[in-house]
Amino acid sequence: MTYLLKGARVLGGEPKDVLIEGGCITAVGAPGEVDGTGASHVDAGGLIALPGLVDLHTHLREPGREDAETVESGTAAAALGGFTAVHAMANTSPVADTAGVVEQVWRLGQEAGHCDVQPVGAVTAGLLGRQLAELGAMADSAAHVRVFSDDGVCVSDAVLMRRALEYVKAFDGVVAQHAQEPRLTEGAQMNEGSVSGRLGLTGWPAVAEEAIIARDCLLAAHVGSRLHVCHVSTAGSVEIIRWAKSKGWNVTAEVTPHHLLLTDTCAEISPAGSYNPIYKVNPPLRTQADVQALREALADGTIDCVATDHAPHPVEDKETEWPAAAMGMIGLETALSVVQEAMIETGLLDWAGVADRMSARPARIGRLSGHGRRLRAGAPANLTLVDPSVRWAVDPGGFASKSRNTPYQGMTLPGRVVATFLRGRPTVLEGKLT
Amino acid sequence: MNRHLLSTADLSRDDALLILDTAEQLSQVSDRSIKKLPTLRGRTVVNLFFEDSTRTRISFEAAAKRLSADVINFSAKGSSVSKGESLKDTALTLQAMGADAVVIRHGASGAPHRLANWLDGSVVNAGDGTHEHPTQALLDAFTMRRRLGDLDGRRVTIVGDVLHSRVARSNVHLLHTLGAEVTLVAPPTLVPVAMGEWPCEVSYDFDAVLPKSDVVMMLRVQHERMNASYFPSAREYSRRYGLDPERLGKMPDGAIVMHPGPMNRGMEIAAEVADSERSTIVEQVTNGVTVRMAVLYLLLSGSEPAIGGNQ
Repeated sequence: MTYLLKGARVLGGEPKDVLIEGGCITAVGAPGEVDGTGASHVDAGGLIALPGLVDLHTHLREPGREDAETVESGTAAAALGGFTAVHAMANTSPVADTAGVVEQVWRLGQEAGHCDVQPVGAVTAGLLGRQLAELGAMADSAAHVRVFSDDGVCVSDAVLMRRALEYVKAFDGVVAQHAQEPRLTEGAQMNEGSVSGRLGLTGWPAVAEEAIIARDCLLAAHVGSRLHVCHVSTAGSVEIIRWAKSKGWNVTAEVTPHHLLLTDTCAEISPAGSYNPIYKVNPPLRTQADVQALREALADGTIDCVATDHAPHPVEDKETEWPAAAMGMIGLETALSVVQEAMIETGLLDWAGVADRMSARPARIGRLSGHGRRLRAGAPANLTLVDPSVRWAVDPGGFASKSRNTPYQGMTLPGRVVATFLRGRPTVLEGKLT
Repeated sequence: MNRHLLSTADLSRDDALLILDTAEQLSQVSDRSIKKLPTLRGRTVVNLFFEDSTRTRISFEAAAKRLSADVINFSAKGSSVSKGESLKDTALTLQAMGADAVVIRHGASGAPHRLANWLDGSVVNAGDGTHEHPTQALLDAFTMRRRLGDLDGRRVTIVGDVLHSRVARSNVHLLHTLGAEVTLVAPPTLVPVAMGEWPCEVSYDFDAVLPKSDVVMMLRVQHERMNASYFPSAREYSRRYGLDPERLGKMPDGAIVMHPGPMNRGMEIAAEVADSERSTIVEQVTNGVTVRMAVLYLLLSGSEPAIGGNQ
């Protein structure tokens, strides 16, 4: 199929017509100047065209927890959120620590067809932190794994982390670390601060994250490897990463949409009542000062990208008392809106900046050559069209995700994805799955 | 009054005084030979205890029975809860059985708040995790008022494991609401890291605070803290933060000693101190029943006139 996107504001600029043929963008020109004879016309007037979003951190839960999410439902949610590629985290059951499992997940993604699924491989066998998983086998598999992470668990053993960082150099891999010092966070429930003190919930100190990030930056520098820091949540972490980057070390970092918008006070005062574990997440929601530091770091590039940490859980795992509840929140279908609210509406980023932080940079970190490209003739037609002018009330009942654990229920957020194209094929049109 | 009693932090001064004054009236019942009022006849109170706490449970049970309520004791041990039933399903079961009030003791902070979302009846927090224990604070305030009169400007020192103490949290809020000045004394490891917003002072020096205390409340040191490096040893804790006869002598005349129980005699409190005439520990137990009667009465009796009819 051939498509002519009429009047799309590429990266928020002047309206352009964009022609898509044979899976690629073949022409971008002033309105009326691109010959769209025979093409299917898409009215993109007023819509922003962005390169298809890339998520470095998605939990698709398959295999193992298909009650919470499947590759099919999770990637449908991703497409509706404007994503054309997601990195599927390794903490499935069985763990994605062998070539067989990563190839299975990769193939399920191909079959679903809503977006590219790039499996993340576990760093250690079974996420147990004892010995390295067969990283090379996963790298050489059909899934071409380049990002390795024990996400959900920290590779806390300094020697094992050093070895992993060194080993993945052989195939240009990167270790994405879930920075959480285990002893400092035993039984931890929420950010350690005035709110945790009042609520009597065990505190999760910022230093538990920062100490691991500092150590890992030093290790990455020592062995000359690439380090990626998952879901940075504190102002102190930002300072450490800024310092590491100033040294020229190969360190990248991500922040989640929820850490750009929500604070630990949600646990105490929210429309959903106090102690509602819909706000329980790892790493925990922090303070307003942390939120501000994270936004500024994303704006100045200290934090490279936004990653959703989309973490689906069935209702019964959240409809409990706080300490018994599962950690995590879904985010694929709200990520772009939250970033618009936190970064665009505040003037911290423009749409070109959003394209960089949600597509180009995560694609580069994950070594996905077909994604995150500039929207010009010759590039693969991976793109999304966003209407920035609408505001919508979040209703998880309408989500494609199988899970409903969104902290934004009832909130009104700006911006909606109207269409998403994966290699020239629409996965979403008029805001609906094709 | 609110529909629930979940926390002293959201108790207004008027409501707190209403509970204490009501308890004062109801205490006359305890002095009668027949300790029973018909007020809550036909109402059902469920004691839902997920932690063992015989003292608190029988105190609530006695309170409800003296008001003629029907009492159902639901202990998590050996019940469907131990077979994996969720708190929500337990709530729906109690709801279907027509519970007018649920008194809950739970190891998870905030469990009563969650329960309140799923029930039409009233929820009374009988201790949740390391969060609050509001009726304990109310009975403590009641006891202080009886011994010392008005609490406005009274200096109350609370000593011990503040970090994990629901008693301390409830007392800090309630005593502040009632106008008392609260000082918390503990080793720094047992104080929450961000105390700036709590309406109280914090000190690490027990001996410096003692002469300026009208009330010294000792908190129980839980056994599991002793092996987690919060302090080096029970002996050292006792030396620095225990209330022994020598420290008792430094307290002003008329100052009282309190403990929510159960005590570790010889650890946070010496036996001679616990048994001294300054100690209110036994009165606290008696007053617990009275204060819990007042709470159940005010939550459940609706707009009916109060006992004594002078409200």
